[in-house]
Amino acid sequence: MESYLVDITLILDSTVRLAVPLILACMAGLYSERAGIVDIGLEGKLLAGAFAAAAMSAVTGSAWLGLLAGIAAAMMFSGIHGLASITLKGNQTISGVALNFLAAGLTTFLGQSWFKRGGYTPQLSGDQRFNPITLPFANELREVPILGQIYYELISGHNIITYFAFIVVPVTAWVLFRTRFGLRLRAVGENPKAIDTAGISVTRLRFQALVITAVLVGIGGAYLSIAQSAGFNNNMSAGRGYIALAALIFAKWRPGPALLVCLMFGFLDAVQFRIQGQSFPIIGEVPVQAIQALPYVLTVILLAGFIGRAVAPKAAGIPYTKER
Amino acid sequence: MTGLNPTNEQRSSGTAASALAIELVGINKHFGPVHANRDIHLAVRRGTVHGIVGENGAGKSTLMSILYGFYTADSGEIRVNGVPQKITDSRHALALGIGMVHQHFMLVDNFTVLENVVLGAEDSALLRPTLNRARDHLKQLARDYGLEVDPDAIIENLSVGQQQRVEILKALYRGAETLILDEPTGVLTPAEADHLFRILGKLREEGKTIILITHKLREIMAITDEVSVMRQGAMVKTLQTKDTSPGELAELMVGRRVLLRVEKGPANPGKVLLDVKNLIVTDDFKVPRVKNISFQVRAGEIVGIAGVAGNGQSELLESIAGMRDQLGGTISVNDKVLSLEGDDGAARARAAGLAHVPEDRLRMGLVTNFMAWENAILGYQGSYGEGLGLDIGKARSTAEDYLKKFDVRPANLDLKSSNFSGGNQQKIVLAREMERDPDVLIVGQPTRGVDIGAIEFIHNQIIKMRDAGKAILLVSVELDEIRSLSDRILVLFDGHLVGEADPATADETELGLLMTGSHSDQVITEPGTLPAHETPMQQTLVEMSPKDNSGRDTN
Repeated sequence: MESYLVDITLILDSTVRLAVPLILACMAGLYSERAGIVDIGLEGKLLAGAFAAAAMSAVTGSAWLGLLAGIAAAMMFSGIHGLASITLKGNQTISGVALNFLAAGLTTFLGQSWFKRGGYTPQLSGDQRFNPITLPFANELREVPILGQIYYELISGHNIITYFAFIVVPVTAWVLFRTRFGLRLRAVGENPKAIDTAGISVTRLRFQALVITAVLVGIGGAYLSIAQSAGFNNNMSAGRGYIALAALIFAKWRPGPALLVCLMFGFLDAVQFRIQGQSFPIIGEVPVQAIQALPYVLTVILLAGFIGRAVAPKAAGIPYTKER
Repeated sequence: MTGLNPTNEQRSSGTAASALAIELVGINKHFGPVHANRDIHLAVRRGTVHGIVGENGAGKSTLMSILYGFYTADSGEIRVNGVPQKITDSRHALALGIGMVHQHFMLVDNFTVLENVVLGAEDSALLRPTLNRARDHLKQLARDYGLEVDPDAIIENLSVGQQQRVEILKALYRGAETLILDEPTGVLTPAEADHLFRILGKLREEGKTIILITHKLREIMAITDEVSVMRQGAMVKTLQTKDTSPGELAELMVGRRVLLRVEKGPANPGKVLLDVKNLIVTDDFKVPRVKNISFQVRAGEIVGIAGVAGNGQSELLESIAGMRDQLGGTISVNDKVLSLEGDDGAARARAAGLAHVPEDRLRMGLVTNFMAWENAILGYQGSYGEGLGLDIGKARSTAEDYLKKFDVRPANLDLKSSNFSGGNQQKIVLAREMERDPDVLIVGQPTRGVDIGAIEFIHNQIIKMRDAGKAILLVSVELDEIRSLSDRILVLFDGHLVGEADPATADETELGLLMTGSHSDQVITEPGTLPAHETPMQQTLVEMSPKDNSGRDTN
């Protein structure tokens, strides 16, 4: 009995760890998509953020500077995206996909030419990473059955970005539905003309959304390389940007449900790690690759079958052109 | 600068300075080679309703967009309350008390009324105080001007008339003293239009200034104090409404004499050419839109279908034209029942002798990227050349013939269709369908977005077809058009035919009541005030009784 409880706690604990980059990327995508910009480039922004954070942290020895570098890199990518799709009214999806290619190539190239480790950044340790924080009384309460254990294992002992990610969700919901900025953001994603005729700049509003997107996804990238892992490796975002986007659609662009969906994807991932190499009754041992594919397969199934009608922000994907 | 409501002192000081609310002096605007506004002078007196009429492309909307700050004029001066102003954007115009109600509403469909009203005019970074204040303000505006709308209703659940009220509320909430309305009645039922005019009357009583852009001369005569006529980018004349007549205005608009009434002799109905029996059609979401309809159209008569847009006209037209499968019933052309098999229904309907001028020429009538000659044979391309080949020479000479006969301008075979004006595009479609000499012609919205001059031509062509012994089914949301062309009028409401009328004797009010599903002996229920849950989905076909229902679709 006891060991099951520990098992479950451990799976939930890694669910949280694995969900964090999804949550951050998903919230990032939420801002831009609610503003009417389809952000398939989340993947590239995540990867660029991860690389920049690890590189900066490796060079300066400061995780915080690494975090800033991650945000800066994502900001640069968002800037390009905005320039292409808002200012020049290019296709949002195509420019986003281009960013993904750019990120994949650029991170490997720069990584190799700077650090000469086949695209990997040096191993990070100590202050170069965001380390787990032990919340007050965690050690004292550790011995208390169940609640104390949950507090010690599940709630305490995460790094600061994890806590930040969980705060971002309610803040996003609040911004979106309770503030002037949120009202305008939602409006510009539904009917930019309404915003334009109200005398508000569509371009500025959409760029503002992209800036928030960049900050969040940059932090998400930094989490991958300098909090969850100890360094950058090639293509370490591994499709999380796409999964975050899927989660966003699944949650119908709402922050609360998006959090739940991200946690669910995190959970699938955690279970996947857990059951690798284990033998099942009847089936026997399942190949690792099949198990690793599980979260992705489920993503496809969920998106195809269970989502129902997801109504995207009406103006998403359409560059705004003032016309007569 | 947002949500400002000028005090009475400000208002009266403005009056002292100038009796003119708006003055435009020498406005010029070019779009590339097009001189959209040439040296426009316009003076709008405070507290009046000032009409602006002109054909499509006369420059009315451009002029108003300049006044509203959407465009900047190349030269000229705008004076608001006698003070010269450079209006650089809409926000600036709003701050000067100029509000605009656009033809296509600028509303966010999934927002509440309240959210739409405050959008862009919020008092603070947090929404709640703004929304609370706006709620009170809206109540007051509703009381003062008869602008009742539920502040918490979602826009997409409101009727078009109510959405328009929200647009007016938006402008008033921002403290508009001058209100520009761009073709406000195009989407309204007669009852809704009357309601709008009552609101405008109240606004005028309260000292607001209203600029009304329209091409409906009847409305100009009914509500305006003064009227300015524009033609080809220039201001032709400003007249006192009481001193002018629709005939004079039409002549000024077009630059020549126009017959406003269609001249036609009595109909001479022959045998039944189009026979529709118990037709049931659903829309793309499987919601029944045409609910058990039967009617006949005989050779040599025009049957008009009147109704507010969205009551099943589109589905009716599309199903007769073979573009949409019916759920039940039959359609016969020339005593031959059109088969339902396969997805080439439109081709088979054509083969049976039916021609179709679709409602939406840009979406269904033309491929806008094609050249004129290509569109002129589209759908009949099979008869130009053998097998895979296309006899381009034959196609072009036919097209040339069409353009000449229908006076399409410019008569350029190779011009991309999107570069023709609406009226000329429509003429291309009409030529293609009429010149094939069909037995049955079904026409949807033949003059939507078409100039007065072209309207006259198109109407005459339709009459000519009738006199040649064709059966014509006409669907239009323009009641005037239905009344002047049709030999019989059928009224469509919520997928049912709810009445038949003789255009010679039909009373407009009675027709309006039928179109909104209201009895004449029953108080008019405001259209669209149905509870949101009452969707067609929940109404079964059999139980449907149109008379119990005053709801209608909002699109």
